[in-house]
Amino acid sequence: MHGVTRTVRLPDLTELHILRGVDLSVEPGEHISVVGRSGTGKSTLLNILGLLDAPTTGEYRLDGEDVGRLGARRRARRRGEGFGFVFQQFNLLPGRTALENVTAPLLYARGRAFWRRRDLAAEVLERVGLGDRLESMPTHLSGGEQQRVAIARALVRSPRVILADEPTGALDVDTGMEIMTMLDTISTETGAALIAITHDLAVAALARRHLRLADGVLTPADGPAAAPSSPAPAVAALP
Amino acid sequence: MTGVVGALVEAWEELRLHRLRVLLSLVGIALSVTAMTTVLALGRITGQAQEEMSDRSMGRQTTLTVSAFPAAATSSSVDVVPAMRALVERYEVTYSSVVVSTNGRFRAAGATFDTQLSLVDPAYGTIHRVQVAEGVWFAPADVDRLAPALVVNEAFMRAIGSPPLASHPVATIPGPRPVTTVVIGVVPDLSPYDMPTAYALYDAYTRMNGAPLLDPEMGYVPTLELWVPPSLGEEGLQAVRSDLTGALGEGTQVDVWSNDVPGQEGVSRVFESVVLGVGFLLLFLGALSLVNISMVTVRQRIREIGIRRSFGATSGRVFVSIMLESVVATAVAGLVGVGLAVLIVRNLPLEAWLGFTLQDQPAFPLSVALVGILAATAVGAVAGLLPATVAVRVRPIDAIRY
Repeated sequence: MHGVTRTVRLPDLTELHILRGVDLSVEPGEHISVVGRSGTGKSTLLNILGLLDAPTTGEYRLDGEDVGRLGARRRARRRGEGFGFVFQQFNLLPGRTALENVTAPLLYARGRAFWRRRDLAAEVLERVGLGDRLESMPTHLSGGEQQRVAIARALVRSPRVILADEPTGALDVDTGMEIMTMLDTISTETGAALIAITHDLAVAALARRHLRLADGVLTPADGPAAAPSSPAPAVAALP
Repeated sequence: MTGVVGALVEAWEELRLHRLRVLLSLVGIALSVTAMTTVLALGRITGQAQEEMSDRSMGRQTTLTVSAFPAAATSSSVDVVPAMRALVERYEVTYSSVVVSTNGRFRAAGATFDTQLSLVDPAYGTIHRVQVAEGVWFAPADVDRLAPALVVNEAFMRAIGSPPLASHPVATIPGPRPVTTVVIGVVPDLSPYDMPTAYALYDAYTRMNGAPLLDPEMGYVPTLELWVPPSLGEEGLQAVRSDLTGALGEGTQVDVWSNDVPGQEGVSRVFESVVLGVGFLLLFLGALSLVNISMVTVRQRIREIGIRRSFGATSGRVFVSIMLESVVATAVAGLVGVGLAVLIVRNLPLEAWLGFTLQDQPAFPLSVALVGILAATAVGAVAGLLPATVAVRVRPIDAIRY
């Protein structure tokens, strides 16, 4: 993406500039971390990257195609085929088993992937170590297991890019690291790019490329241990 | 293809997941459909019963009744029946019957008694939907019996001592050359006060006894009944009249009338429209509660809808899914409602209420069943419209954070 901005008009008619000219290029298989304070536009950036939101100005090209020119239908299709989302609160569909949750994205797939959806979902759940919990309800799974179901769901359509929004935010440190390591390993194996937003520097350290978003501007971070410009107390306390 | 199947699967999963809510919200719809389809079906069956009752007395729709007698005579010496038979052959009418109503006298079990006597052809049974309580109605071969066959009512049987039909009870027509007749069938009395009545085949009777007593003053004149298509109309009526007048000469009074009752279909249509109107009103009320529940449910599911948008669900797909949930649910409710209506209609003691057996027992009208299911489905579509619109209007990023 090049020169991407995102501006929203507030109820008092003033404009809030969330992103100010973001430039970002992502290659297949890359693992990128984006750190930044709350409210600096990290989630907005992720939403634009995942085609859930559109930039106010600027250019966003996906495999060379200007997605700004795509209609809503094509954007939705590109989103489903190209991106897998992992959310902080897991966002599993309530009342559905682990298998049904992972099957859900394949309801929007076509051809073989649609008709074989249960087999494919079971395979991916097996891969994230939940082969024996296929029929478990989310309420009967631990936080780490729920996030693994969410990762399986993000991976089931073999996306080009995995977008993880604070994927370890609701997990303890050990489980969080375990989940991120798994995400990193699987994305590397599948050749998918992984873009993770995080406050956790240890999680950010797993990435090969480190970016910081501050006041709507995306800049390279100094290194794996680089902290957000104004870290939260918990983050600041880390070594 | 996968889009349609996927939307259906999605809708079905939602219904399965929320089956109790769905069940409760659909009870009203199912009952409305049951009420509407039951009344419509009963209306059709009542119509059939009315038609059959009318057929019993006046002949099937449309029966032309042709009478002919010399205009100036008090008793007929002109036999008009051959001309009538020729008319039937000329017009190639499949079901026709000469009918002569007269007095009869029979002797049996040592007593002589008077009866009403109707001389008819075998097709009379078909034209008038005659149902025998016992035995059989006349077959064409009965004309050649040496002992003419009789079909009598129950009062007649009582008059001859109620012998079992299997014993081939006989009754004799007294006269210079007494004729023995055999009872082959019994029709039920219409009331407890019925006098003995007998039917005999016209040709068999006249072969044995000569022409029956005719008296135009008393209405004892031969008539011919022709079961014809309703499309024959007034022109056909005139043609029959002029044809028979030509055959019998100008001195013969020929009358032709039709039992066609115009306007019956209009009355049925008005009845059905009223029932449909009331049914739709009931369904509409059911739909209001469905909309209410659906709106609450959709609001609870905003986040889920956002998550599905992240899977690549288009707004159209979300709209169709929410609509389908409503449509599939109400279609199922419609099916259940129609099923209930079929059970109710099949198990109602209709024959006890009607007092006779319907000859052409109408099956549960398919069109009524379809109307019930379609009406329920349409209500589902209308009820799903509002929540589906609400679901689509929420932005995916807002929905995920909801």
